[in-house]
Amino acid sequence: MSSVREVANVQISIPTGKTYEQPVGLFINNKHVDAVNGGRVKVFSPSTEKLVCEVVDADEEDVDIAVKAARAAFQPDAPWRKFSSAERGRCLTKLADFIEQNLEYLASIETLDNGKSITLARGDVQAAANCFRYYGGWADKDYGQTIETDTSRFAYTRHEPIGVCGQIIPWNFPFLMCSWKIAPAVACGNTVILKTAELTPLSALVLTQFIEPSGFPPGVINVLSGDGRRCGNAMACHMDIDKIAFTGSTGVGRMVMRSAAASNLKKVTLELGGKSPNIIFNDADLEEAAVWVNFGIFYNSGQVCCAGSRVYVQEGVYDEFVRRVVAKAKSLKVGDPFDEETFQGAQVSKQQYERIIGYIESGIQHGAKLEVGGKPHGHLGYFVEPTILSGVTEDMAVGKEEIFGPVLAIIKFKTVEEAVRRGNNSTFGLAAGVHTKDLKNALKVSNSLEAGTVWVNCYNLLHHQIPFGGYKESGIGRELGSYGLTNYTQTKSVHINLGMGLPI
Amino acid sequence: MSEELFQELQLPDGNTVRQPIGLYIDGQWIKSKEVLETVNPATEEIITKVYLAGTEEVDLAVKSARNAFKEWKMVHGSERGSLLMKLADATEKHIDTLSAIEAIDSGKPKDSNARGDVEGTIALLRYCAGWADKIYGSVIPTGPEKLAYAKRVPVGVCGQIVPWNYPLNMAGWKIAPALAAGNCIIIKSAETTPLSLLYFAQLVDEVGFPKGVVNIISGLGTVAGSHIASHSGIDKIAFTGSTKVGSTIQKLASSNLKTITLECGGKSPFIVFEDADIDQAVKWAAVGVMFNSGQICTANSRIYVQEQVYEKFLEKFKEHVLADYKLGSPFEKSTVVGPVVSKAQYNRVLDYIDVGKKEGARMVMGNEQVTSKKGYYIHPTIFADCHQDMTIVKEEIFGPVVAVSKFTTEDEVLEKANDSIYGLAAMCFTKDLERAHHVSEELDTGMVFINSTENSDIQAPFGGVKMSGIGSELGAPGIETYTHLKTVHVNLGNKL
Repeated sequence: MSSVREVANVQISIPTGKTYEQPVGLFINNKHVDAVNGGRVKVFSPSTEKLVCEVVDADEEDVDIAVKAARAAFQPDAPWRKFSSAERGRCLTKLADFIEQNLEYLASIETLDNGKSITLARGDVQAAANCFRYYGGWADKDYGQTIETDTSRFAYTRHEPIGVCGQIIPWNFPFLMCSWKIAPAVACGNTVILKTAELTPLSALVLTQFIEPSGFPPGVINVLSGDGRRCGNAMACHMDIDKIAFTGSTGVGRMVMRSAAASNLKKVTLELGGKSPNIIFNDADLEEAAVWVNFGIFYNSGQVCCAGSRVYVQEGVYDEFVRRVVAKAKSLKVGDPFDEETFQGAQVSKQQYERIIGYIESGIQHGAKLEVGGKPHGHLGYFVEPTILSGVTEDMAVGKEEIFGPVLAIIKFKTVEEAVRRGNNSTFGLAAGVHTKDLKNALKVSNSLEAGTVWVNCYNLLHHQIPFGGYKESGIGRELGSYGLTNYTQTKSVHINLGMGLPI
Repeated sequence: MSEELFQELQLPDGNTVRQPIGLYIDGQWIKSKEVLETVNPATEEIITKVYLAGTEEVDLAVKSARNAFKEWKMVHGSERGSLLMKLADATEKHIDTLSAIEAIDSGKPKDSNARGDVEGTIALLRYCAGWADKIYGSVIPTGPEKLAYAKRVPVGVCGQIVPWNYPLNMAGWKIAPALAAGNCIIIKSAETTPLSLLYFAQLVDEVGFPKGVVNIISGLGTVAGSHIASHSGIDKIAFTGSTKVGSTIQKLASSNLKTITLECGGKSPFIVFEDADIDQAVKWAAVGVMFNSGQICTANSRIYVQEQVYEKFLEKFKEHVLADYKLGSPFEKSTVVGPVVSKAQYNRVLDYIDVGKKEGARMVMGNEQVTSKKGYYIHPTIFADCHQDMTIVKEEIFGPVVAVSKFTTEDEVLEKANDSIYGLAAMCFTKDLERAHHVSEELDTGMVFINSTENSDIQAPFGGVKMSGIGSELGAPGIETYTHLKTVHVNLGNKL
């Protein structure tokens, strides 16, 4: 067995002047180690375009090593399998405590790496702590059933962990996504290998420092920085990974599912893209709806899978509402993510930035009206102004495809039936918004929308207690809430013969 | 804060503790007109006096809780959970002090008993904290013309009365789930053991529960206890104690039809089949009736041994208890069996031992002299050759006294085991899988332990049937019992 070479942390400074410790190795068996081939990848700050540091880059061989570690930790005689369910939960709640104690540290790294505003990053870190704590509370409460058939048989179900789980997360909420993946998996007794997004590896690596002190044995939680093509693909194809969970684009999700089927039929959950409709009825509270619409698209610089990127406005209030939405958009502060006043930070990369600008240009070319924004912001960093295009139709690229940036498409409609029909006219089905004061309208429209989450008189409110996931090509399965547990358990039915006669 | 509301206590381990002696109501420490002395059962000396809540103080507490409930019921489950986690952390910091106070007030050995109680309380607080944001209702799939759902909402203001055998631990069983479910509480300790809960009240205050959410009082059962049980401003009463008092509480609760959970007495049968692992059966049986000086509601105080292994079991049982269940002072590290809680209990248990002898049971052990001149020490006592008509087989003794009987067939022992007004727990020792399940099906009890005893888990429901109680505590049912269902029907188009 080759000896593992540990890799030391580096120091990085953030623009406010503070310096922080940054682990850069691959986190396997509770240690930070080098890659077999010694690969490195550069990490850049999208708000300054400067190099932050280099981190170790995982290759296929490193995935094998991580899988071996996770498999060993999952063996029946390994310490993790002997933990009581309450002890598992306790590790998670301790991790939540560590996260809260290091909130500013984690938020600063997240802002540096991803470009989101520091206020938003703090919110993400707190939400992640809450998610860890929430699932820590579930660990000892996932009941099986006893089933009454007849007295000659005692039947019950056990909820057992699946085994070694591969988890691939995106770059839009790097730290929060760690919590959504790791927490439920580990609460149910699995071991995990989490691959961060190539663009945003840093905050998860900071988290790894708190894993051993929280009481997790080596190999239970492993974190790899790596790309999709080699590292992610190796995970999706791996014959000794029992389950893969992926959050990212629909295109890559499709590849993951194919690889899972072609290899060992590992269980798959996917949380993919969206083009979510946000519907404003004549009787909506226009002032409030205008704010929710802004929050629904410009939050996190529009880099949100469930962003309300198509707004349908009923014709009775169209002009008035567009005016209000635009006025609100103009008030949003874009700029230095470390500025406490900033609402919208940078897009995550040059590639994303160029893609968004491309969509804006395409929209205008195809006849949409530019109401506000439409341009880059500033001369340094990947900032795009909050942009609103009106007069959009569903056959335009901007009305159909996921842009993943601060670009809102406004569409006019007449009747409820039309709004529902056009809202559902998408291969996606992640979320939707309904703004109306009428109770019956709210509930009937919610019932009719083909979306995994419907927000009534609000938008983009995610909460660890409430399940989240997509209809249609927006995904498979639900994360969060009690439903999140089913992704990480398998059920065993036990029948005990208490005096049944012989069948033949 | 008046110094009269706190006393400096000298503990036998040399430490001093600032012990609250007032009533904790509406976030304040207050006095009252009456006081009661609390006695150290190991030395028979007075430890200190505590203020007793009269009906006036109970009324104050109810008013405070009702008021606090208006805002407390709006507090998010995750926040309630967070406060309970902080309370667990605070309890952990004070574990040494709490164990010592518990030992001096109740007679429980500090290291082999009281400390475990406090650890259990910490674990339960964390467990219930995890439930606080997981109280689900159901959405009922009726049809397209309706949205129907049933929410679980907190009961409101809950009165809770706890016993003296696990003072802080039993208080934890009441406090943790009630708060997790969003209720406000008034909790009364037992007359003989008020101190640990009063100390704990400081931690509740320190971690920041809003005033009025938790009210902690000492009081007499006949005064404060009755007033709580019959109070029209209280929505639910939860009681742990004797069946006799439980029955009184049930009657008093009918005043305003308040909901009720009772966790009362038991005479749990411990059945040893001929194929049992006798060494293990002996060890578990000993824990089940000699630990905590037998002052356990689920104590396996009657044992039935199949005739093939009867003498073997008795011999090993006696040997094991003699060797491992030494009487001693609560502050000595080696002590397993401390004194019983009070003079009244002491006299009561000794009376039962006399009756046992008079009714012809064979005393296998118990005649040994108790060396300590002071303190309510009772030697572990084993009676053999018992039968169903004996008082010591029928009535709950609540001391380190066990009645062993012989049986021949499975049907016979099931009949004998179920021949009781109680139905709290039962224990069955056998290696046979089918027999174990069959016996557990036939036993009329709320709990069955197969090849163990007293082995409950805070995750699993705990409760008795027949005269052992009403309802379940712990596990998910423990939380649900502090909620009630509200069904909402939203009309989506059903027009007349």
